[in-house]
Amino acid sequence: MDWLELKPEGLFCAPGAFYIDPLQPVGHAVITHGHSDHARPGHQHVTATPETLAIMRLRMGEDQAGQTQQALPYGEVISVGNVKIWLAPAGHVLGSAQIVMEYRGERAVVSGDYKRAPDPTCVPFEVVPCDLFVTEATFGLPVFRLPDPAHEIAKLLHDVRLFPERTHVVGCYALGKCQRLIALLRESGYHAPLWLHGALLPMCSLYESFGIPLGELRSATAAKKGEMRGGIVLAPPSAIADRWARRLPEPVVCLASGWMHVRQRAKARGVELPVVISDHADWDALLETCQATGAKEIWVTHGREDALIHALSRKQIRGRALRLIGYEDDEEAAEQEAAGQDASV
Amino acid sequence: MIEFATLLERLAFTPSRNMKLTLLREYFSMAPDPDRGYALAAMAGSLSFSAAKPAMLRALAMERTDPELFAWSYDYVGDLAETVALIWKPERKEHDTPVAPGLADVVHTLERLPKADVPNVVRKWLDACDTSSRYALLKLITGSLRVGASARLAKTALAEMASVAPDDVEEVWHGLEAPYKELFAWVEGKGPKPDAKDAPVFRPPMLAQPLENVDLTAFDPAEWRAEWKWDGIRVQLVSTPQGERVYTRTAEDIGKAFPDILAILQDLGSHVVLDGELLVVQEGVVAPFADLQKRLNRKSPTASMLRDMPAGIRLYDILFEDGEDLRSLPFDIRRQRLESWYARLKPPRMVLSELISFRNFEDLATLRENARSEGIEGLMLKKADSPYVPGRPRGPWWKWKREPLTVDAVVMYAQRGHGKRSSFYSDYTFGLWRTVEEKRELVPIGKAYSGFTDEELKFLDKWVRDHTTKRFGPVREVAQGLVLEIAFDAAQYSKRHKSGVALRFPRVARIRRDKPAQEADDLETFIRAFL
Repeated sequence: MDWLELKPEGLFCAPGAFYIDPLQPVGHAVITHGHSDHARPGHQHVTATPETLAIMRLRMGEDQAGQTQQALPYGEVISVGNVKIWLAPAGHVLGSAQIVMEYRGERAVVSGDYKRAPDPTCVPFEVVPCDLFVTEATFGLPVFRLPDPAHEIAKLLHDVRLFPERTHVVGCYALGKCQRLIALLRESGYHAPLWLHGALLPMCSLYESFGIPLGELRSATAAKKGEMRGGIVLAPPSAIADRWARRLPEPVVCLASGWMHVRQRAKARGVELPVVISDHADWDALLETCQATGAKEIWVTHGREDALIHALSRKQIRGRALRLIGYEDDEEAAEQEAAGQDASV
Repeated sequence: MIEFATLLERLAFTPSRNMKLTLLREYFSMAPDPDRGYALAAMAGSLSFSAAKPAMLRALAMERTDPELFAWSYDYVGDLAETVALIWKPERKEHDTPVAPGLADVVHTLERLPKADVPNVVRKWLDACDTSSRYALLKLITGSLRVGASARLAKTALAEMASVAPDDVEEVWHGLEAPYKELFAWVEGKGPKPDAKDAPVFRPPMLAQPLENVDLTAFDPAEWRAEWKWDGIRVQLVSTPQGERVYTRTAEDIGKAFPDILAILQDLGSHVVLDGELLVVQEGVVAPFADLQKRLNRKSPTASMLRDMPAGIRLYDILFEDGEDLRSLPFDIRRQRLESWYARLKPPRMVLSELISFRNFEDLATLRENARSEGIEGLMLKKADSPYVPGRPRGPWWKWKREPLTVDAVVMYAQRGHGKRSSFYSDYTFGLWRTVEEKRELVPIGKAYSGFTDEELKFLDKWVRDHTTKRFGPVREVAQGLVLEIAFDAAQYSKRHKSGVALRFPRVARIRRDKPAQEADDLETFIRAFL
């Protein structure tokens, strides 16, 4: 496909003159979702779902989230130059979208980050048949066959019951993971108030304003120590084992991440209760999705592309590694941040 | 298998002892016989398989994936059993809901299975298990099960269930075998306490309290006996018609590492339980603790170790003689029995612990301070009429350790602690100065993570954060600016450390905020003073 090309700024659609999730400020950016490595500040014109635009405004301020913003709901088709584009749900976080592009009878789909597992806080992934599918490969190794999230929530709740004198503090990323955890806890019948680190509260309010109920949330930062005993506290991964966590009565350190599937990763983080919940497609979902699109060609933006491309080649599908630097996996980025910094917020 | 796997997973990640105990109690009260008995055996290390070799696991995994994918995965995960457990994609026929094997099924099957059939059975089990059960299963059958809990901890959990002391469990433990049905029956109040009869079981030892805040002038010297406190391993030697054992004071059977001692017990053929100190003794002289450590580290010693580092026993007490329980007799009487037993049998490589004669406690204090010889930690004071009471009663026995040695060292690195301390930099590597090619540099001599108060820990944590110069993962290198007075029990030469020395039981005695780092001690001075 010669009308999509890789430039230093990111993936570029020449006939439409726009970039997808560009890494540097550009004239026209089409954004897949609100995580900070995909949605960056300073573009002139931004096209994204209404939810993603709201997330961008919350995170970077009105003036940085694009000088002009074009809200494009899922499924609504527009033309940019000679290219027809629309957005399809990606199931990653609220507002996350795949960018579907048609030009001269060819269709390309850029998935951004996505998952296939059910998530009560966002619209499920939709398979769009295409000629070129651009995928991520965060969990592109066959050891990442992730468990059912309900099983992991049950594990957490069992521990909460077993140690009523302790406080379970769960590290989770502020956008997506946090709200999904809350929704999963509520689905499992846990309706007690949840205590949240200050950095997580604004995004939860935003989710609720889009009609996703999260139940009673309280500020952990403002709470008295004793109040949280026996409860569940959510905080950014950088805070769970650092000075912030000292305000909690006898914390049990938990971390919600797909990486927790591998023991050494959990051990290295000093996690006492790994909660294996990911917002990315696992190995089986990556392979299944690539095949389901019917694409003859697969491009891999970031992650562990070697294994995925190898596995696709065995199914007669041509794969190409884009090796886009700068799309940190959000969970990994959060881990590195935790290892390197002291968040005393 | 699922319950056992879940327990293992939780234990592996939990640093807190109390939480581990809760998890163990929950498992033992929930899991059925004989599964829980085999789980206990697995934790106590008394269950071992080698039916499955790593090559077999690899071959099984390769049936379901290709070599490249397996290699990338193994590279990433770093552990063979875990890689196979994670990468395994169960093949299940439609309408077929296979049942994961119970722990007892696995144990019983592998006991009888011909080697050639092992892969087929393991494959079936892997298909029936979930990820964490596959991991537990593979670790178990390859004999590389590392449990995040010691045998002692598991027994403590059982003792809590029965509301008895952990030593009561130890006392019956060594007469029992997996799957320990009578033990669980007793613990749950459904059966009598198992009877050890003539089995060479462990008897809970009597321990001493440290002599602190005690007014010695109120003691009558005539009522007290004094012995040297040796820096070895406190052991219990058990010899019955059913066998011989060497136990540590935590009931660990270390006989395999000390076949020389077992052989002596067997030759004596005496039905006896003795309390003593295990030491390495070369030509009548007690060797440094490091030599004993080398013997301890070997599951079975080499011929040259047996020759160069022969073990010996310093006898303190006698608990049983010819099946007669002497523990309720006064110390002086037991001592007479010990002396006459010793005189009658003349056991090789054993000596009686010397009773130190003294007129008053001032004399003893002087003796204690002057005793700097290798292997002596201080003094033991025992009341002449004290019976042998298991545990650590306050009053009858005191340990009167020498004042610790101290050195002023500079903090070089700090690392986060575990559990409740995971948000604190609480482990400190400290060093001394040395001059190399006219340059003065610090060389690490040890690591300390205790001895400070909570307030001091807060200060140290903040100091580390404010003076970090480099990070290596969880470790921070700090500016050379803080002196700690380190207390320790002994110094030894060590080939393992860059400085060539190692400290025994180092801890932080004081934070020397007043002392400039440049004025901390030199390695050379240290070696002259303590080695």
